[in-house]
Order: sequence, then structure tokens, then C-alpha cells
Amino acid sequence: MELILDIFTGICFFIGSLSIIIGACGLIKLPDVFSRIHAAGMIDTAGTAFFILGMIFQTGWSLITVKLILIGVFIFFTSPVTSHVTANLARQKNILPVGKKIGKIL
Amino acid sequence: MFLAGLIACAITGILILVRIILGETTFDRILAVNSLGTVIVIGISLHGFYSNRPEFLDIAIVYALINFIGTVAVLKLFSSGSLGGDK
Amino acid sequence: MKSLILFFILLTLWLLMSGYYNILLISLGIISCAFCVFVAKRGKIIDDEGLPIFFMPRLLNYLIWLFKEILMSNLATAKVIINGNVEPETFTVKASQVTDVAKVTYANSITLTPGTVTTKMQKNIFEVHALNSDFGNDVRTNEMDKKVTWLEGKK
Repeated sequence: MELILDIFTGICFFIGSLSIIIGACGLIKLPDVFSRIHAAGMIDTAGTAFFILGMIFQTGWSLITVKLILIGVFIFFTSPVTSHVTANLARQKNILPVGKKIGKIL
Repeated sequence: MFLAGLIACAITGILILVRIILGETTFDRILAVNSLGTVIVIGISLHGFYSNRPEFLDIAIVYALINFIGTVAVLKLFSSGSLGGDK
Repeated sequence: MKSLILFFILLTLWLLMSGYYNILLISLGIISCAFCVFVAKRGKIIDDEGLPIFFMPRLLNYLIWLFKEILMSNLATAKVIINGNVEPETFTVKASQVTDVAKVTYANSITLTPGTVTTKMQKNIFEVHALNSDFGNDVRTNEMDKKVTWLEGKK
């Protein structure tokens, strides 16, 4: 039983590590601010979700599980707000995204 | 296993620091600092499990909240030149 | 009524976070939760937007769908970053929700799925930035818009 949980934790940590490293590579590689926000969103959603899932497999049911879920909920609600505020402010300061524009832009 | 996760967090942190140093505009740097905060939250929780003291999770919760409030406050200061009230 | 619900949510949070159950700490918790509710009431932030109860019956169904969507688009974003076929595009979509809370939920759901970000909004028109034309087509089919309108349940 212990071994199965360890294997699940290992798989979750592996996927989480892969996604945060890919996200950081995207943060370096992509061309402008608006594209980099997508990579940062990947770190915020997939990375934290898989790491927290892996740690939940290790604890079982206790107060620590509740705290882990609370960290996940906080990051889940605050991450889109930060992304949107950054993008909105960059647009207000007249930074235009690269790439094509379809139709009329606000 | 937890050590492997910590090493992955360290590599990610170094890659994000490269973006903070290179960053062309202010927004790149703010975005990268926010991502670094998220990675640090994961790192604090992992370190708590690695050293068998899960009480570190309280610090991780506080760090997540302060990271959000700090980012929004810096962006607000950058946009309007004051943190609220009369300007 | 809403302040009472807020008080019990805060008290549950206190009890879960502290882990020590004796008379002194629980009474301190009750006092601080009551003070928080008093400050929130004085600041007039307890209204429909602060605690959207009309979402609750259908929220679980929506969240499961949203998690599935986030997982799929994470895979697609990872593929795009590795392959490097980045063709960013910017376009506008129309939101068909009535209340402000539902519009915010729709904009946040778009931002939360990696690959699409709302950059600006005026009344009910959102400006969306997508990493690739595949992500753009996902938003332009209005599937998420219909889901959020169903979640709002005003029609």
C-alpha cells in the first residue's frame, strides 16, 4: 500500500517538475509580454496542482491535507487576477502585442 | 523524491532569474517575480516534507497571499503613482 | 443573513487552521471572526458579489469541466512551447452574461486556461490574446460562454 502511494507521488512530482521547467523555458523563449503570460499561467496551474496532489498522497487524511488544499485554492483564485492585471496595464501603457489582429481591437 | 522536487524547483528558479535579468519591459520582470513566488511556495512546502516538519505549510500559505498582494500593489503603484487615497 | 454565513465560514477556517481546541483559543477565534465581519459590514462589501450564493448548486459540475479544460490546454501549451510554432493573435469576443460576477467568472476562466488571456474589457466585449490559432478557435466557438451563462442561471 505504502509502495503504491509512493509510486503515485513520484509520477505526480515528475509531471509537476516537467511542467514548471517547460513553463520557465517558455518564459525565456517566447517573444513578448503577452505570450509570456501563458507560460507563467502554466507554472501557476499545472505545476502547483500536480505538486500538491503528490503531497496529498503522502499525508493521507489530516489537518495538513486541508492546509495543502487551501494553498491550492488560494493560488487557483489569485493567479488569473495577477495575469489579467499585468496584461491590462501593459495594454494601457500602449504596448501592442506582436502577431496578427483579427477585427477591431479595443 | 522530495529532494528531486526541490532540485527541479531550484532549476526553475534559476531559469526565471535569467528572465528577470534580461527582461525588456517592467511587466516582464513583474510577471517573472510573481512566477518565482509561486515556485518558492512549492519549494517551502516540499522542504517542510523533506525535513519531516509539515508546519512549514503555514509559512507557505502566508507567502502565497503576500505574493499576490505585493504584485498587485506594485502594479497599482506603477499605474497611478499612489497606493490609494487622494493623489 | 449574509454576515452570519461569512462568520461561520471564517470560524470554520480558524478551526481548521489552528488545530488546538481549548476554551481560550476558540474564544479568541470567535472574537476575531466577529471583528472581521464587523469591519466587512462597515466597509459595505457584503453583497451579491462578495458571496455569490446563486452559483452554488451548479458550481461543482462547472469546476469539473473547467479542470478538464485546463488539463487539455496545459498539454497543448507545452507542445507549442517545445515545438516553437508561436503565432500570437488578438481578437474580441462578446460575453452574453447579465451580472458582473458572471462576467468576471467568464474572464477569469479564459485567463486561467493557459494559452488564452483577456487583456481588456469594456461592458460586455472582451479583448482576448491567444498563443496560436487553435486556442483562438476554442474561445471563438463560445462553448465556455454558454457554460458560464448556464452557471449564472438567470435565463
